[in-house]
Amino acid sequence: MSHATTEDTATTGTAPEKSVAPKKKAALSEGKRAERKLGWLLCAPAALTMIAVTGWPILYSLLLSMQRFDLKFPDRTEWIWFDNYVTVLSNPYWWNAVWVTVLLTVVTVAVELVLGMALALIMHRALVGRGIVRTTTLIPYGIVTVVAAFSWRFAWTPGTGYLAEALGGEPVLTEKIPALLVVGLAEIWKTTPFMALLLMAGLALVPDDLLKAAAMDGASGWQRFIKITVPIMKPAILVALLFRTLDAFRIFDNLFVLTAGSQGTSSVSMLTYNNLIKGLNLGIGSTMSVLIFIMVAVIAFVFIKLFGTAAPGSDDGGKR
Amino acid sequence: MAGIGGAETTGKRVGWGLLNAVVVIYALFPVLWIVSLSFKSSKTLADGNFIPREWSFENYQNIFSTTEFTRALINSIGIALIATAIAVVFGTMAAYAIARLDFPGKNLLVGVSLLIAMFPQVSLVSPLFEIERSLGLFDTWPGLILPYITFALPLAIYTLSAFFREIPWELEKAAKMDGATPGQAFRRVIAPLAAPGVFTTAILVFIFCWNDFLFAISLTSTEQSRTVPVALSFFTGSSQFEDPAGSIAAAAVVITIPIILFVLFFQRRIVAGLTSGAVKG
Repeated sequence: MSHATTEDTATTGTAPEKSVAPKKKAALSEGKRAERKLGWLLCAPAALTMIAVTGWPILYSLLLSMQRFDLKFPDRTEWIWFDNYVTVLSNPYWWNAVWVTVLLTVVTVAVELVLGMALALIMHRALVGRGIVRTTTLIPYGIVTVVAAFSWRFAWTPGTGYLAEALGGEPVLTEKIPALLVVGLAEIWKTTPFMALLLMAGLALVPDDLLKAAAMDGASGWQRFIKITVPIMKPAILVALLFRTLDAFRIFDNLFVLTAGSQGTSSVSMLTYNNLIKGLNLGIGSTMSVLIFIMVAVIAFVFIKLFGTAAPGSDDGGKR
Repeated sequence: MAGIGGAETTGKRVGWGLLNAVVVIYALFPVLWIVSLSFKSSKTLADGNFIPREWSFENYQNIFSTTEFTRALINSIGIALIATAIAVVFGTMAAYAIARLDFPGKNLLVGVSLLIAMFPQVSLVSPLFEIERSLGLFDTWPGLILPYITFALPLAIYTLSAFFREIPWELEKAAKMDGATPGQAFRRVIAPLAAPGVFTTAILVFIFCWNDFLFAISLTSTEQSRTVPVALSFFTGSSQFEDPAGSIAAAAVVITIPIILFVLFFQRRIVAGLTSGAVKG
């Protein structure tokens, strides 16, 4: 194989010169063919791995979701079409998990956007200590989520934790609403720096001259921010929102450590995990997987439809 | 750059200093708390004090005396390093092709990797659980390395192609003029220029693999391939009455050390890597 490639690619060495000459079609297409071949060869390992690990499993989970398939009762496996979907969609636990996930996603992403913007402005404009600020904000981004989650859990554990003691030793993690607040807090702490970094990249696109000119004309700091900075960095804001929304929607680690989904605090990922690994019910677990996949696809579709040009992956995303 | 409309006055400096202090405290507080917890002796573990009243290394001695932790640490390091190496090699090849070559299917590859980046990982857990069980990959290193590579590849491809676009084209052309094949131009000219970008990507990918919890807890069942984040969540005290908080805290600190080192030494690179891929897509 490698022999053939070297022979083919050897001709490309001369291709650039030939392409300048008018209409030497045969040579041009040969060079093109070699370029294509090299392109495919270089992409093949990445493409094949991604397809092998996601493609077949996605189809397989569709098949599994239409079967009664409980590893505790393997003899009773049978094809039941959409019965699993009926079971899941008529289950109050599922809908509770959906609402918990949506609520956590909307609230945390909204708070992160505000805090992240503030942090991005601080990192972008800091007169002193810019390095220190950037270095320390990377710590929440890089730290293992489970580690951070344990830190919060112990902080709120009555007796052990400084936060629990400060609030009078109430066990906050055993009640739904306070527990969800703590989960949201842990999530916000961990992911705000990532949001801030993406926003900071957008801030760098705002020309300083424009802001200075506006300041000369008497625009206040807030006016400059709303009228100039935000519109220019809108694409960066949308990319950050899309990434964070999809990421927040799969919340699992923090919930697993902080509440393990008790007291109705399960997210959809948590519920799927519980049905699959704890309950060993592959049929129901796969059904939930497919439903989550559909929900994420809808979110991504809405984002991209609404803000098409700003979608990551489009080459001009950062310019409009 | 020195702020809009105003000189660097002392007042402003103090203001910035305060703001910075707020940010630093925000970022470090939970980390310092878990460090403090890990150094508390078993008697003072549950005293609720932010700073240990009695410093001790017993938690660290405890975790390093059990295979439950040491084996998990080896698994974590091995799996993350192998997955990072493979993902970065595959990603570099693909990103080079995307940034430099023209071939049909390029946009498809970019699209697919974007899809995977947004993919809800839990959706893969159910089928992978069953597939890996039937292939004998369940609870093995490759069983975790494969999904890690898959989900790290989009990150690697995006970051790397953003870096690659900034490398001067002309050098590659010049090399080709001198008779180098595209393959040689890739190995001899572009690869060394791309090394910093590749290194940055490797750090980001490593952090991703090091961080994973969902795959690790779903696709493993024994010490053989459990990584530290999972092992942590299974820690129980050495007796029924012992609070595992100390051991968990100590193990948590140990796996945070590499992250702190990366952040301290490569802050600039990490920031550049995270932002370049996102804005330029």
